[in-house]
Amino acid sequence: MTAKTTVSGVAFDAQGDRNDTDRRDAAMQGFVRDFARTAAIHMESCVRCGMCATACQYYVTTGDPKYTPINKLRPFEQAYHRHVGPFAPLYRLLGIKSNVSIDMLQEWEALLYDACSLCGRCTLACPMGIDISELIKEARHGMYKAGLVPDRLELMDRTTKAWGSPATPADDFSDIIREAGEENGVPVNVDLPKADYVVTTAPAELTEHTKALTDVAKILNKIGASWTYSSAGFEASNIGYINGDVELQEKMTRKMIDNAIAVGAHTLILPECGHAYGAARWEASRWYGREIPLRIIHMTEFLGEVVQSGKIKLKKIGESTSFHDPCQLVRRGGVNDAPRAVLKALGLELKELEDHGALGWCCGGGGGVVSNTRADPLRFKAFELKRKQVEDANAQHFVTACGQCRITLTLGAKHFKWDQKVESLLELVADNLQD
Amino acid sequence: MDLLAFARGPALTFATAIFVAGTLWRLVGVLALPPWRDLSPAREGAPPNWLGAIETVFRKMIPHKTFLKAGMFTTVNGYVFHIGLALCVFAFAPHILFLKSLFGFSWPGLPNGFIFGVGALTAASLVAALAYRLTSPVLKLISRADDYVSWLLTFLPVVTGLAAASHIGARYEMLLALHVLSICAFLIWFPFGKLMHAFLFVFSRGATGARFRHRGAQL
Ligand code: SF4
Ligand code: SF4
Repeated sequence: MTAKTTVSGVAFDAQGDRNDTDRRDAAMQGFVRDFARTAAIHMESCVRCGMCATACQYYVTTGDPKYTPINKLRPFEQAYHRHVGPFAPLYRLLGIKSNVSIDMLQEWEALLYDACSLCGRCTLACPMGIDISELIKEARHGMYKAGLVPDRLELMDRTTKAWGSPATPADDFSDIIREAGEENGVPVNVDLPKADYVVTTAPAELTEHTKALTDVAKILNKIGASWTYSSAGFEASNIGYINGDVELQEKMTRKMIDNAIAVGAHTLILPECGHAYGAARWEASRWYGREIPLRIIHMTEFLGEVVQSGKIKLKKIGESTSFHDPCQLVRRGGVNDAPRAVLKALGLELKELEDHGALGWCCGGGGGVVSNTRADPLRFKAFELKRKQVEDANAQHFVTACGQCRITLTLGAKHFKWDQKVESLLELVADNLQD
Repeated sequence: MDLLAFARGPALTFATAIFVAGTLWRLVGVLALPPWRDLSPAREGAPPNWLGAIETVFRKMIPHKTFLKAGMFTTVNGYVFHIGLALCVFAFAPHILFLKSLFGFSWPGLPNGFIFGVGALTAASLVAALAYRLTSPVLKLISRADDYVSWLLTFLPVVTGLAAASHIGARYEMLLALHVLSICAFLIWFPFGKLMHAFLFVFSRGATGARFRHRGAQL
């Protein structure tokens, strides 16, 4: 692994020892394999109106036109027109669309990874309805193949391949769960051979937010559910999905689903993690190759279910709160009402941010941006937007339902010496269960 | 054969053939690609894919307030020249007569004087769109040759039409011939550049609509 800069001074990382042509060809193959019908329609439809720029936190907070969402797709688009589009043979014959160069790929690495959180806000702004964020995710497939990924993200990829998780070796998982159980005085289940619910985790729970491990246990115990954590399939955040490593994405998907099936679960509960929801709820079947024979739900949906069905009763906190909508859960996932219903059940008066729900601003750290330390300055810039809206809402609490958002927001607050606690919806529920 | 006869005859026939064949080629070329079948269970209460798609084609007519604020000029000016172009093409009596000769049916037009005003406004709106493209740092960066070619080939039929209608600049036959030739150029370019969005917008919005509404997500 080597950190380098392009001729124009943009930092990029490159993995592996390959010549430029091999790298370029690998990127091309990665780009081209992803053009199914919808991606192709979307590549054909841009009218270059620039509306998407106004939706992207990285453009809005820097004013730099290179952060215009559609501009981030330039190499992908060029590959499409040269190799896939209906006029590709004509373009090649006439030499109209040139091949993507290695310089261009290196230059675009930062635009595709550091300057896109896959938040999907641009998709909502585009008058042509182009799902730009999905295309950026697909463009990352080619970048991964070319070995042009930020080192920090590649490190997580390798760790996951070796350990089964970017946070901890699978061998240590059961000890972490038991220790958390002892520390917080909550009975936990791990590696039970059979259970109705399988609970999964993301790196945030295994590092910063270990209390979440027992918060969910507390609620499942309360409703008398048969449930377990499993060392054989606990990792849900799926770094392959974020990095563009499709082989790893498929492997992690299979591992988690196969385990849940083996345990005989009817429901797999995803952690408070936005990307886990995107990867498992909406994409798992694509990589699994068939319909998944069990329910996959996000922690927030689970909380919504147990609260709304009356299975658990909550103490009323009786204060005000604002809520940060995790992009993959709300904008791209459609889970808008459940968190609001839970906040209401907690007796919290919701003071919505100026832009909320499907239109909320990203925390700035999704899509791997928060783990990619190279992107810190840009991420802090983007954070200004969120901070302003949270301050304007002027509520007593600030809650979210994604551990990665929580880490990003907490890091932002710390950076700006802003005294704002970011709370977890799961934790609030677990701490306020009525006896 | 004089220029007008050439324009109305072989030139228009050729341009129409390219327009039809090229448009079909491009549409079929994309639509025939295999889809990625979404086997995830739909959100409870989600509309069927086709309905989610249609809803979104309409939903996307008006931007969300928050995007409208920043993209006011693009949106309003875009509406002005799109509606203007549609009126000039389909509500101008001589055009309706011409289309009747092709398709065998007609509809009532709007007064010529009114259409002339609309044409002038459309031309002004197109000039404003170009000025914006040439000055906005975002648009300057993302624009391609296609954007300028498509602009020119949309602008020319409007101005030659205005000139022909007002008999300004040359003999009427000459102006009319230039008008028809500019339309031929428009038709020939149509399938290759972004003018195709006139058809593609339905599929593009529809595909995202189906994806999002399946998930219960709003657009
Ligand atoms: S997905 Fe979000 S971060 Fe990425 S380009 Fe679109 S608006 Fe910007
Ligand atoms: S908003 Fe859509 S059509 Fe407009 S430039 Fe961006 S991607 Fe293209």
